[in-house]
Amino acid sequence: MWIYEKKLQYPVKVSTCNPTLAKYLIEQYGGADGELAAALRYLNQRYTIPDKVVGLLTDIGTEEFAHLEMIATMIYKLTKDATPQQLRDAGLGDHYANHDGALFYHNAAGVPFTATYIQAKGDPIADLYEDIAAEEKARATYQWLIDMSDDPDLNDGLRFLREREIIHSQRFREAVEILKEERDKKKIF
Amino acid sequence: MNSLPENYYQELEQIQAVDFVLVELTLYLDTHPDDVKAINQFNQYAQYSKQLKRAFEAQFGPLQQYGNSFSDANWGWGRLPWPWQV
Repeated sequence: MWIYEKKLQYPVKVSTCNPTLAKYLIEQYGGADGELAAALRYLNQRYTIPDKVVGLLTDIGTEEFAHLEMIATMIYKLTKDATPQQLRDAGLGDHYANHDGALFYHNAAGVPFTATYIQAKGDPIADLYEDIAAEEKARATYQWLIDMSDDPDLNDGLRFLREREIIHSQRFREAVEILKEERDKKKIF
Repeated sequence: MNSLPENYYQELEQIQAVDFVLVELTLYLDTHPDDVKAINQFNQYAQYSKQLKRAFEAQFGPLQQYGNSFSDANWGWGRLPWPWQV
């Protein structure tokens, strides 16, 4: 089971109400390389991956939910004081018409989340390579978001998330090496 | 919601810092399970985290549910602010 802890993994601050930035951040909420996709991908792959990397997938998958909560907090704080007119001016009129101020799992362009963003191939190397790619794509997305943002408080949180993608990618690379070592051991024998 | 005292934020940030060490050590140990020094460090920080949380919860209410935290007398879980509200 999972235990919720009533705290963010890292403090999230925003300087001002800024629905335009919130619109871009939604990419990491319900987009193809976002935190929801990451969490669901890793936790689902656990059941058929070799035992040696189940712990890693469980722990990174769980951390992704903490990141999802950080992104949600950023979006919430950037939009909570916005008027409908400000949301409209920021390009969130379509979102407001359907969801009011509620969050929803779609990407920055409003395309709803779909399970087709993720894969479980059953082949451990194929799955881990997908996971490494996912982390690198998420890292790139965070970089593009930081490049567009002029909010220093928000950028502090975004930088933390970008660094986590790098760590996850490196841990997945180590997992690949662990599995290759196992495979080669069997062959030599 | 904005009436939280300054030490709420200070103590919360301390917990976040210590728990970050634990997240890092967890992922490291997942791929380096034979590193005894890291395991010792993990257990040391796990202890430290529990101490900080006990002190925080005594002032600001439970951090976890399902019996992992003790409740205050007024079931503060649902009344005290959520992470995105502070």
